[in-house]
Amino acid sequence: MSSQPGSTTAGRPARGGGARTGLDVAGRWVDRIFRGEAIAIYIFLYVPIALVVIFSFNAGERTGELRGLSLRWYQKALADDFALGALRNSLLVGFWTALIATTLGTMAALAVNRAARPIRVVLEAVTYVAIIIPGIVIAIATLIFYVNFFAWLNPWLQYAWTSMGLGTAPVIQSGLHTIIGAHVVFTMAIVFVLVRARLSGMDRALVEASADLYATPWRTLRQVTLPQLRPAILAGALLSFTFSFDDYIIASFVQGPGQPTLPLFVFGSIRRGITPQVNAIASLILLVTLTALAVVYLVFRRQSQQSSRVPDEVPDDVPDSPAVVLTSGHR
Amino acid sequence: MTNVARPRHQAGRWRQRAATAVFLLPTSFWYFLLLVVPLGILLVFSVGERAPQGGYAPGFTLANFAHLPTRSVAFTNTLFLAAGGTVLCLLVGYPLAYYLATRAGSKKTFLLVLVIVPFWTSFLIRTYAWLTILGSTGVPALLENLGFGKVVLLNTPLAVMIGIVYNYLPLMVFPLYVSLERLDKRLLEASKDLGAARWRTFRQVTLPLTLPGVLSGVVLVFIPIMGEYLIPALLGGGRVFFVGNALVDAFLQSRNWPFGSAMAIGLIFIVLIAVALYLRVGSRGQVRRDISLV
Repeated sequence: MSSQPGSTTAGRPARGGGARTGLDVAGRWVDRIFRGEAIAIYIFLYVPIALVVIFSFNAGERTGELRGLSLRWYQKALADDFALGALRNSLLVGFWTALIATTLGTMAALAVNRAARPIRVVLEAVTYVAIIIPGIVIAIATLIFYVNFFAWLNPWLQYAWTSMGLGTAPVIQSGLHTIIGAHVVFTMAIVFVLVRARLSGMDRALVEASADLYATPWRTLRQVTLPQLRPAILAGALLSFTFSFDDYIIASFVQGPGQPTLPLFVFGSIRRGITPQVNAIASLILLVTLTALAVVYLVFRRQSQQSSRVPDEVPDDVPDSPAVVLTSGHR
Repeated sequence: MTNVARPRHQAGRWRQRAATAVFLLPTSFWYFLLLVVPLGILLVFSVGERAPQGGYAPGFTLANFAHLPTRSVAFTNTLFLAAGGTVLCLLVGYPLAYYLATRAGSKKTFLLVLVIVPFWTSFLIRTYAWLTILGSTGVPALLENLGFGKVVLLNTPLAVMIGIVYNYLPLMVFPLYVSLERLDKRLLEASKDLGAARWRTFRQVTLPLTLPGVLSGVVLVFIPIMGEYLIPALLGGGRVFFVGNALVDAFLQSRNWPFGSAMAIGLIFIVLIAVALYLRVGSRGQVRRDISLV
């Protein structure tokens, strides 16, 4: 082992004399240690995910013991109506959360700088609260709210219906809409922060030029501002969808009867005993997420290349992680 | 001319104000209804009493807060494991971020994306992956075959710690990478030219200048871990539990809503202290310029 680095050092022409070469050897060793650590971390990050996928092809009954390969658990997962229903629910919740959060968050970000100072300060403060408060607290608080709200609302509905002679009123209770409502609270805050960060980095001269050229405010918004905000809006939408699609804890509190989302279903399956079916579902989710990520990455990349921009050192257009959200104020 | 222009101008301003209001109203309403009001109710509940069949009964008592020490294990678990997990993420993440920012060459964007990709995959699945690895047929069986005797990994603080580092490492690496990337490399050259050894350059130049990134990373990781539920639930198996697990227990099992509310307020309180500390440290001197939570 140790003879190899020595021989490579000797092979190189030593330019700077003895001391310099010594430093370079040390430098090369430091390099090696860093690279080794990096490789170890990548293994640490990817081996567990790889194992989930490998065990999904297990022919045996138990996840931990690999007994030949088969696709039986995929067949079983894809024929499982509960799993498919949960997937449908998750997609619905994720879609509506992303749509509502992106729309409202962007609207608020566009208008907030024109609002009176107290309104702006309060809105900012509430946004920060929505972001830093743990998901579990949002889950509890919204659950309590929903329970009380429905307990108050339903008698009134009943009263209204009977007084209008419509018979029995529909009973409003928890369901997918309550999950969407809670998810929007914090995803909207994230979109708001992202879009505002992008807005503050935008060239005001363009908006002024547009106004000087007699564009209506609406037209300026559509043709100048929104196109420039597109990366932030897309990143916000993607983040919102991912958070919503991935959320377990909030959904577990405010879910309606018999309408689990996919994380609720998966968690339930894990609790009932781990079979490779869970792995099959997990692998399918991974496949979908990674494909979506790759597509988004390529789209963003093409866009940034089209606008003849060399990819930044810090790729601010690539929606990287929630870290982007929380660090986007850096710029 | 002026007579015509002025009312038009005013009309425009009114229209603008109306537009601003219309744009802000939905968001404000949503926040108010589903965040401000619920948190208010939480506060009211926390001084209430438990109804006989569970739930909430009106009242005013501080007994719920006085009873918080009965769940002190949850709080100390959370604090210690969150702090330990954060430090571990930092120790593991800093060298990686350093490597990516200074030595990875043209591949660094790709390698950074590779760190962040797992963060976009399902949190639940990532935690579940460790359930098999640490479970009795996983690493413990392997160790036993190698002659290490019987080892239990699952349902220990170590398992929870591994889960935490695994899930939160990307969140730590990202801000570290950003601050290391922005570091003016000429300063390192200068330090080297002035005869400073590697370690000294790191200690006196690199580390102080990337402290804002360290701080951001620490906060980004620490705060969400405080509210963690899934990792202790799956990898701690009821033996290592966080405030989040105690909360779920109080609300969904024992249905003691007032006590649960008091615990939730306690959790919010700790998170706010962490944020306040962060802002305070951050506002000291130059550090402030470069960081902000959001």
